[in-house]
Amino acid sequence: MTRRDALSRVSLMLGGTIIGSEIFLYGCKPDTVQLSTVEFTPTNIAFLDEVGETILPTTASSPGAKAAEIGEFMKVIVTDCYEKQDQEIFLEGIGKLNEASNAKYSKDFMKLSAEEKTEFLTALDQEANEYNKTKENGAPNHYFSMMKQLTLWGYFSSEVGATQALRYVETPGRWEGCIPYEKGDKAWAI
Amino acid sequence: MADNVFDAIVIGSGISGGWAAKELCEKGLKTIMLERGQNVEHVKDYHSALKPPWAFEHRGTRTQKMIEDYPVLKRDYPLNEKNLEWWASDKDCPYTEIKRFDWFRGYQVGGRSLLWGKQSYRLSDFDFEANAKEGIAIDWPVRYKDIAPWYDYVERFAGISGNRDGLPQLPDGQFLPPMEMTCVEKDVAARIKEHYKGQRHMIIGRAAHVTGPLAGRTLCQYRNKCSLGCPFGGYFSTQSSTLPAAMKTGNLTLRPWSIVTKIIYDKDTQRATGVEILDAQTNETYEYKAKVVFLNASTINSTWILMNSATDVWPEGLGSSSGQLGHNLMDHHLGVGAGGDVEGYEDKYYYGRRPNGVYIPRYRNLFGDKRDYLRGFGYQGGASRQGWQRNVAEYSIGANLKEALTEPGSWTMGIGGFGEMLPDYDNKITLDKTKTDKWGLNVVAIDCELKENELKMRQDMMNDAAEMLEAAGVKNVNKWDGDGTPGRGIHEMGTARMGSDPKTSVLNKWNQVWDAPNVFVTDGSFMTSAGCQNPSLGYMAFTARAVDHAVNELKKMNL
Repeated sequence: MTRRDALSRVSLMLGGTIIGSEIFLYGCKPDTVQLSTVEFTPTNIAFLDEVGETILPTTASSPGAKAAEIGEFMKVIVTDCYEKQDQEIFLEGIGKLNEASNAKYSKDFMKLSAEEKTEFLTALDQEANEYNKTKENGAPNHYFSMMKQLTLWGYFSSEVGATQALRYVETPGRWEGCIPYEKGDKAWAI
Repeated sequence: MADNVFDAIVIGSGISGGWAAKELCEKGLKTIMLERGQNVEHVKDYHSALKPPWAFEHRGTRTQKMIEDYPVLKRDYPLNEKNLEWWASDKDCPYTEIKRFDWFRGYQVGGRSLLWGKQSYRLSDFDFEANAKEGIAIDWPVRYKDIAPWYDYVERFAGISGNRDGLPQLPDGQFLPPMEMTCVEKDVAARIKEHYKGQRHMIIGRAAHVTGPLAGRTLCQYRNKCSLGCPFGGYFSTQSSTLPAAMKTGNLTLRPWSIVTKIIYDKDTQRATGVEILDAQTNETYEYKAKVVFLNASTINSTWILMNSATDVWPEGLGSSSGQLGHNLMDHHLGVGAGGDVEGYEDKYYYGRRPNGVYIPRYRNLFGDKRDYLRGFGYQGGASRQGWQRNVAEYSIGANLKEALTEPGSWTMGIGGFGEMLPDYDNKITLDKTKTDKWGLNVVAIDCELKENELKMRQDMMNDAAEMLEAAGVKNVNKWDGDGTPGRGIHEMGTARMGSDPKTSVLNKWNQVWDAPNVFVTDGSFMTSAGCQNPSLGYMAFTARAVDHAVNELKKMNL
């Protein structure tokens, strides 16, 4: 049974992407921060940390994605596991995200207030979802779908996410198939 | 005794090889077990077993480099970061696919006993009699009553957890306590039973896990990280079970890195005298001699060795006199099933990670049911609550999304079919004399496909799955018929079938090669038909039985 289960655990669903959407056509160029779109720089990692933290922020009950070093995680996965086309979309997506921020707020994403970041990425998420609804098989993925997926995966499989946001039991020692659950009890990590 | 002379040689150290070594050693035979790959020491070499999920650089997933290096393994779940060292290298060990065949191999001490799914089911007379009744291939030379005591014997030692369900098509065994179903599974099982008036059953999986007292073994800890090697020895593997028993006798020599290239055949005595090996590290050739040889290199590889042992007496290979060697390759076809959402049960959960699921034994073409295809299928599956991977429609990003995902989601239930594949002469393996592996050895060519019977069956496998789940109240049921390419079941069987007549079979009813009776083939190669049950438990039973026969024959000076 476990070998069959493994399939669903390792296959991560990626959404689709937007090409040439008009949101990017009237955007200003990034002004102050130079973001690389061909490699992961420390600036990019800090940027991705911020994107991740906006998707999964620190809350009363647990630290956010930044505490799970989500930017570094995205770098490793995109560099080692992504196909070339997706790598390019992802890296260019960093620039696109910032351009879109400038277009909407006349500010780099990093300079937005926490509320603005949430508002902005919420809109971007909806846009990505809309794109994915009509995305044909094999069409390019949406960069924000990648960032969101990587944030969820990287966070909940990290030590912080697994042990603080979820419940991780290394060696359960027993199996109980049918026990009560109370609203608020955390999910098992794996 | 010269240091290359033994009483017995066992080729391969997986599920059946481990059993052969244990039984031979316990009966007092000095035995050498030859394994083509590296040694894997119990616990010490389970490098990933105690790593938490976040300690894997890529969290377990495959990299582009791995995809490039493993053109076959990449076709399914085995290509992953956590236990890659236990899957054979596609580049070092290529094979020829006349038709696509996904061959996932484990070349190390323990073989795929380290990696297996552990589902353990008995065949019944519905299976042993099917070929004869339907005029398919040839009759099995045995019946359930011949094998039942050996199932008892191996279950008591291996440790099989399960429930006594009283189903004639899936005989009960010597079980350790069953694992519990989840709340949803219990109710779905009850509804299926009611809806189908007791003609269909959903039972807890029978699995090779220690769930109660078993000498020398430790209880399953419900970590569900079995395929990384279990530091507790909670599931049956060569390392946890048969190897220590064989070692304890003082009669076993284990030699890793030993690729058996041929069985040496003496035409005067019509017996094998030993084997020739290639040291996989040094490329040196060695010979080992013994009175009896057990061939347990895994289906396809065991027949490869027989084919590679061709002599002027048997130019098509040892055991080829019937013309059946290499033919009738089978697997279980899968990748078809259904799943959906279960409403309610929000106040129910579970504790631990159960390395097992539920099982729906075969019901088609049994007890008066008659379909437009032969044989049948079983299902494996389970019900659980969704985790953070689920889609939360009401939240986009931010604190609400995060808080929602820290709690378990709703219940889902899914089942996937395991279908019987008929033995077919045209599904075969041959030696490819145009291609060699890393060691310069000719590779095997595989020519195998699903035929009409399997394709018809898959319609039922998909539709029945959806119908049963819907009958049990599962909502939004999705059904799928995905990739049924042979090999993906990782239940390769046949190519050296057993039978009653040397003219139509490779092995006799004791797993002896008709053409060389001191050679026993007791891995999946001997299967005369496939059943739809996970087959490994049967290999254990037939192996123990064959060793018993071999030792009796040796005593009578018949070998």
